[in-house]
Amino acid sequence: MLAVGVRESLLLVVAVLYIAPIAYTVTSSLKPNGEIFTQPPSLVGSEVRWANYADVFAYAPFLRYILNGFLISLGATIVVLATSALAAYAFGILRWRGRDATLLGYLATMMIPQEVLVIPMFLLLQRFGWINTWQALILPWAFGAFGTFLLRQFFMSLPYQLVEASRRDGCSNWGTFTRVILPLARPSLAVLGVWTFITHWNSFLWPLIAVNDIEGLGNVSLGLQTFFGEHGAAWNLVLAASVISIAPTMLIVILLQRHLVKGIATVGLAGR
Amino acid sequence: MPRSAVKTARGGPVINRPRARSEARSALGFLTPSATGLTLFVVFPTLLAIVTSFFIWPTFGEISPAGFANYTDLFRAGNTFPAALVNTIVFTAVTIPANLVLSLGMAFWIATSRFKQFYRVLFFLPVVTPSVATSIIWKMLYQPGGLLDYVASMVGLKMPNLLANQSTALLAVTVVILWNGLGYNTLIFSAAIDQLPDEVLDAAKIDGAGFWSTLLRVKLPLITPAVFFATTVTMIQAFQIFNQPYVMTAGGPGTATMTVVMDIYHKAFQFGELGAASAPAMILFGLILIVTLVQWLSQKFWVNYE
Repeated sequence: MLAVGVRESLLLVVAVLYIAPIAYTVTSSLKPNGEIFTQPPSLVGSEVRWANYADVFAYAPFLRYILNGFLISLGATIVVLATSALAAYAFGILRWRGRDATLLGYLATMMIPQEVLVIPMFLLLQRFGWINTWQALILPWAFGAFGTFLLRQFFMSLPYQLVEASRRDGCSNWGTFTRVILPLARPSLAVLGVWTFITHWNSFLWPLIAVNDIEGLGNVSLGLQTFFGEHGAAWNLVLAASVISIAPTMLIVILLQRHLVKGIATVGLAGR
Repeated sequence: MPRSAVKTARGGPVINRPRARSEARSALGFLTPSATGLTLFVVFPTLLAIVTSFFIWPTFGEISPAGFANYTDLFRAGNTFPAALVNTIVFTAVTIPANLVLSLGMAFWIATSRFKQFYRVLFFLPVVTPSVATSIIWKMLYQPGGLLDYVASMVGLKMPNLLANQSTALLAVTVVILWNGLGYNTLIFSAAIDQLPDEVLDAAKIDGAGFWSTLLRVKLPLITPAVFFATTVTMIQAFQIFNQPYVMTAGGPGTATMTVVMDIYHKAFQFGELGAASAPAMILFGLILIVTLVQWLSQKFWVNYE
């Protein structure tokens, strides 16, 4: 009994230490500016300064960054879900010649790292006149084969009799897809959607390249980086801004933990 | 990805010919949006990247053929690529064993706890945090006069400025990336441990196997497919490191934390030399392909698929 108690307490200590950098950031983000680097360090400052957060929004358009990131991530998520689900139906339900070879081709593209694609992607979008546009942030990374593969694996786990029954009832493939398969696939669509949203929300390298007008199109990562650079010295504000950028994804993960944990555990998400 | 993850395709030979033809036509329709996007935004750019690497290709201006010059130039004196390559390899070689040992350890430890779900989510939180934010957080912790300085002084150590020091900067950045990414593999392993068959564990108990021998001889071999998957993903990610050193050190001091991806970024988007930047991109791609292939071929020596 004691052994279990000791083990649990030790684990708790490790977990607290692990998450301490984030917790310390949250408390430091409420300190007056002079007190971030006091020796000895204190967990809480001489006053709890909520005004830091108001100051962040006054100095930099963080609400705008949040809105930009939200729209971009939402757009990408819709594209990923729609195209992946359609393709997954072709690979997982329909029977046609060359299907497995085509799937293998799809899977092979997952080996191509983003870094190989950024330069040609930049050239392509420059040619399209898309630099510094919404579509440049939404479309380029929304066509990985990963989502297709994930949903295909799920579609294949469904009993094929469902498809046969639906056809016997006179459903076309489109009807079977929208009325039978998609409703059943809701949990895996949710996992793919949330993960796509988070990776786009956190993206940094591509916005750094494709966006000139940070206020108009920048996400929180980009906003945070410029904020950090320009206002370098005001550490309490930088930390408050960091907390603002951390909060949304953390909230998503905490709220949807069951689905997310289960989904990632079954497939292992190799996100970009 | 583990072979077991790829389920074998459904259905045998196609018997009903008219049906097959109509399904082929439908398949084309279902596939078109994704295949178009994949061709335009993945396949075509990949080919274009190969072509670009053989040209002098400024962001604005005349394009001219360069032969292999972009590649040979990388190894000329003064080019930052060799340092970036060495850093990336060192970083990968340190990260993979450290990440795997720590996340495996954590997963087995968490498995013994009553609050398993809580810990999984807790350790996962840094994974979904924007890495620009985590980089800023750790820059604060490393800052001279900061929290880590104080902790070191409590045990009587004088901490150097880790991020500003040639010999410690890469290690300091590595620690941040480990902390950032550990929860992902911990979650994968934790889930694999959950799925271990009870019969096998009971049999081990009946045979009188202790805690450690069950762990090392029974449980660990059974989750090697998850270890294989995690190793592959971690390795590919390690080769692509950019965000944390970019924010924390900008590749410095000197080239101490310069990575290949940062080198690509500098060449392409600071100096506007897209051709010269494509050559290291292709080398990185080749490196990832080779290492993944070796890893894939090594499966049969250490991965157990029942």
